[in-house]
This record gives sequence, structure tokens and C-alpha cells, in this order.
Amino acid sequence: MATEDNEVEDPRPLVLIHNLPSFKLPLQDRLITHFRLFDSLASPEASSVRALICVGPTPVTADTLDHLPSLRLVVGSSAGLDHVDLAECRRRGIAVTNSGDAYSENVADYAVALLLDVLRRVSAADRFVRSGLWPQMGEYPLGCKLGGKRIGIVGLGSIGSEVAKRLVAFGCTVAYNSRNKKPSVMYPYYANVHDLAVNSDVLIVCCALTNETHHIINKDVLTALGREGVIINVGRGALVDEKELVQFLVQGEIGGAGLDVFENEPKVPKELFALDNVVLSPHLAVLTPESFEALNKVIIANLKAFFSNKPLLSPFQQE
Amino acid sequence: MASDQASTPPRLPEIQSHDLPQVIVLHPPPVFNYFKDLFSKKFHLLKAWESSLPRHEFLTNHAHSAQAMLCSGTGPPISADIIRLLPSLSLVVTTSAGLNHIDLTECRNRGISIANAGEVFSEDVADLAVGLLIDVFRKVSASDRYVRHGLWATKGDYPLGSKLGGKRIGIVGLGSIGFQVAKRLQAFGCNISYNSRKRKDFVSYPFYTNVCELAANSDVLIICCGLTEQTRHMINREVLLALGKEGVIVNIGRGAIIHEKELVQCLVQGEIGGAGLDVFENEPDVPKELFELDNVVLAPHMAVFTTESFKDLCDLMIGNLEAFFSKKPLLSLVMNE
Repeated sequence: MATEDNEVEDPRPLVLIHNLPSFKLPLQDRLITHFRLFDSLASPEASSVRALICVGPTPVTADTLDHLPSLRLVVGSSAGLDHVDLAECRRRGIAVTNSGDAYSENVADYAVALLLDVLRRVSAADRFVRSGLWPQMGEYPLGCKLGGKRIGIVGLGSIGSEVAKRLVAFGCTVAYNSRNKKPSVMYPYYANVHDLAVNSDVLIVCCALTNETHHIINKDVLTALGREGVIINVGRGALVDEKELVQFLVQGEIGGAGLDVFENEPKVPKELFALDNVVLSPHLAVLTPESFEALNKVIIANLKAFFSNKPLLSPFQQE
Repeated sequence: MASDQASTPPRLPEIQSHDLPQVIVLHPPPVFNYFKDLFSKKFHLLKAWESSLPRHEFLTNHAHSAQAMLCSGTGPPISADIIRLLPSLSLVVTTSAGLNHIDLTECRNRGISIANAGEVFSEDVADLAVGLLIDVFRKVSASDRYVRHGLWATKGDYPLGSKLGGKRIGIVGLGSIGFQVAKRLQAFGCNISYNSRKRKDFVSYPFYTNVCELAANSDVLIICCGLTEQTRHMINREVLLALGKEGVIVNIGRGAIIHEKELVQCLVQGEIGGAGLDVFENEPDVPKELFELDNVVLAPHMAVFTTESFKDLCDLMIGNLEAFFSKKPLLSLVMNE
């Protein structure tokens, strides 16, 4: 907090908040104790500002960067940064940070929640009871046990690791695919998602969306996962070939799905609404008050480190 | 299942003419829907529900020499009256973990052994308890409804949920199920405390001697204990108010452990934060006021309903019966604590 004598000069570093009107940064007021904020690329301060906060999914493009000749840091407010032109930032020597671990636990919790819901039919059973069917229809159909299931994690980053930790406590076994094998991790590694799918009962998609991972879950992978297989997506919609997935689900060629993200949010394929083995959520895996607090801390920590020439807290690293 | 035959008696021999040992079944347990043949191959099932005779007549005439009974929590209670009609009965095998449907005093007086489901579905029940809890905290079912009704596109984002990590979990009844619940929630970063009839030496979680105090120091109560005279309506308005406006209660034990009317009132009036309920006082009737609430998740007594548990349960029930008839120790004998 700035406690120096501020009658001469405002000691707070200048930071641009870059956001589309419909995306507000939670807890923005907390930042003004540390930083002087402005929010327009047209402002005269745009030419001297060295750091911006990008409120996802507001895009940061080459054009955006052209307005900001002094920029050296993009602070992202999400784990995923597919809305930021990372190649362009790299080219211009601009560092990028993401939300680090701020969301990881919440997203991991939600991934597990979706999986439990699909396997044990929690939402479908809740619908069943609320519709008054229990007295008429008697006993509910059997679900599937979670323990003993082979979990394949696609992208063993911060979120994927938290998912693994939780599912191990339920008696599951974990294997993973990432761009590179992680030497300190004991779980079996598969060099490609297809092989992971062949050896898994469940795929949990936790990786970042890049050119390489676009539609990484495709017809081939879904076929390999099999009729009893379940897929959970808490990454980005475009990681999954949505048309294919819908077809597989409608035709019963895959066991079920838990989806927090979609290719064209907020549009969700209507065929899914009729299916009891699918659980849908409106991209809210991070949304708790606790994660906003954590995000705030990460943003402030990254900016402070930058302005005092110290190492950044959560530089973006692709898994 | 139930086939009423008008005047002809059921196809049950009055004299034991084959080798299979007799097992009385008053009402088909849920596991029969899937595995009845495995039982019929090994035992001569005396199926009371298929007889046109009233139950007491059926038992008197056809089960006089039967030594074993297979029952479940969903059939008629195994009362003293029923037990007294069965002079040869010396084993009751129940497909449930709970024993509240069996007259335990009468069994003790008669020297009748009881075998239950042991720990065969403790993990599955624990999984559902955690599933219900996360659902309430993170509004999984409510947001699924929201999406299915097309509201995401029109109304925008859904309200915030609450993080699971850091929450103080109060487990009521740290038996096999309660222990599995604790293990899972620790992996989410929760803090565990408990109340049980006795302190448990094998855990280091804080122990509270009464449920009200546990509630006052918890964000969540998870009911994992059995239904007894002491636990009936143990969770009442006082306990719920101690749990508080943000508190969440999950019940995978028995409906009657919670004073249901008071729970409904607390929920409707916003005096507690939410509930995940798999069991109710008068199943399958569920208080309709709960249908209006988005902070409540309801399940039709299905915590043990997985194919894996049913198969394991079937093996255990058959194993107990086989052990009994070959005079070997029972696999899941219930010991009086």
C-alpha cells in the first residue's frame, strides 16, 4: 500500500485494465491501493503503460499491442490464455502471466463433481425425485462405482494434478498425457491421447487450448475410450470435437459426459438436453468467491514482482 | 415379482425333498432384481410375497423348520411377532448395513445371529455423500437445470457456488462409511471433526461429545450413523440452527435421524444454507416444499445402487448363508457394541 508522501507524485505504477464491457474484473477496487488504473486504449497513457491486466476472454491481439508500445507484461485473469496472441507477445518480448494456482482447486473440485454426477446419476436422480416419479417408478437404476476406475488426465498441469489427488482418495488409478512426460510424477504417462483413451475408463480434459490441442478429443479418441467411457471437460470447449461428441452420446457409443465448456458458449447442443447420462454447466468451474480472492492476490503479486524487477509469480507455461 | 395365485397353494414343497437349504424371504431385496438366480441356485427360497396366504400363515405352514432368513431395509420389519413364528430361525441376513428394521432384542433373546452388508458398499455410500455435498456447494444440479431450460443463453451467468476446500466438516457417526467420507473430503482440503457414540482411537480428528456442539463448530454435517432410539430425530431445529445460515447438511443414513418437518422449515425459511438428502422419513414420499428449492439436492435412496456394490453384496449374502449352512464362521456377523 502506498504510504509515502503523495503530494508530489503518485508512486503507484500505471496499469491498463483491458476488458470488454461484459467482462468485469472481480474485486477491481482492491487494486487501486497498489496501482493507478485506466481502461482505454485511446487514452494518452496507453503510450507509456508497461503492464496490462487482461480480463478474460477479452482478446489481446497484434492490433491491441500496436496501441501499447511500452508494454512489457500481460497479466491474465484466467488459467487459459487462448484469447491472447501468445506468439505475438513472445515476438515483442512481452511476458504473460495467468491465474496460476488461483483457480486450480475450484476447477478440480468441479471436475470431480461432474464425474461423480455422471457415474452416480446425481442430477438425473434429482430430476427423477422432483418430478414425483419415485412413488410411481420404485427403485432407481444402478450407477457405476467410482473406485477402481482408470482416470486419464489430459494435461497434467496445476488443475490436472489437483484432480488426480482427489480421485486417488476415491480409489481410482490415474494416468496422463501432457506435451512432455513429467519426471517427478509417478502416474503412468502416455505420449498421445489416443493411447491414454484406450487404457482409461474416464478422460478428464484439463489442458490449455492451443493450435495443437484444438479438437484433441476427436472421433478416434472417443472410439478408443469406448461405450462405457466417460469424458469430463473443464478446459475449453474447442478441445473437444463437439459435433462428434454429441453424435457419440446420442448413439450410445460412449457412456456419458460432464461438460462445463462448449464450442459456442452460451449455445449448448440441444440434443444433450434429452440425455440423462450428461451433466451440463454454464462455464462456472472457477466461480466461487474464494477463487476471486485468490485471483486478486495472484494479479497483485505478479504486478508487484514486475514493477520491482523480481521474478513473476505465474508466468504462463504450456503443459 | 409378486404373483397372486387365487386358490392353488404356491409351488413350495411342504416337506424338504431336496438338498438345498431353506431361506425365508418376506419381500424381494433390491439385489434380487439383478441376481436372484445366484441365490436360487444355492438355496431353496421360501418367498412369502409370492404366496396367497397371509404372511403369518405362510410362515407357520411353510417355514417352520427354516433356519435362515434373508431380508432388506425395504421389506417389512423383522418384528418380534414374525420371529416368534419361526422356532428354528437362528440367522438373519440383511442386505443393508443398517439394522433398524430388525428387532435386535428379540434376536438377542433367541440367540439369533445377524449378518449385514458389512463394509461392502461403504465406499459407494461415501462417494454419494461427497457427490451430494459438492453438488449443493457448487450448485451442479441447479446449474444443469439452468442450462437445460435454455437460461444460459438468455439470462447469462449462473450465481456463484462456494469452495469446498477449507470447509469444516462434521461427521455424525465415524463408522466405516463416515471414515471413507472423511478420507475423501480431506483430499479436497476440508477439515474433519466428528461425533460418535465413542471416541475412535485410530483417527486424530477432533471429537465432539454431542451433535449440537459439533454443528456449532462445523460448516457441514454429514449424517453417517445408524438409526436407533438414541439417534431418532437427533438432528432437530436446535442442531440445525447451531449449524447456521450457511451450513449444509447431507444425509445418507436414515431419514428419521433428522426431524424432517423441522429441516424443511429451516430450509424454506433460509435458516440453513442447503441440504443433500438420499433418505427421508416416509420414502418414497418427499416433502414437496423441497422441490422448489435450488439449494437442495434429492436422491431416491440410491447410495448403494451401483452394479459393483450389488454384485459384491450378492457375493457377501451368499457367502454368509453358505458359511452358516456349513457351520463355518459368518463373513459379516454383527457384533453387539
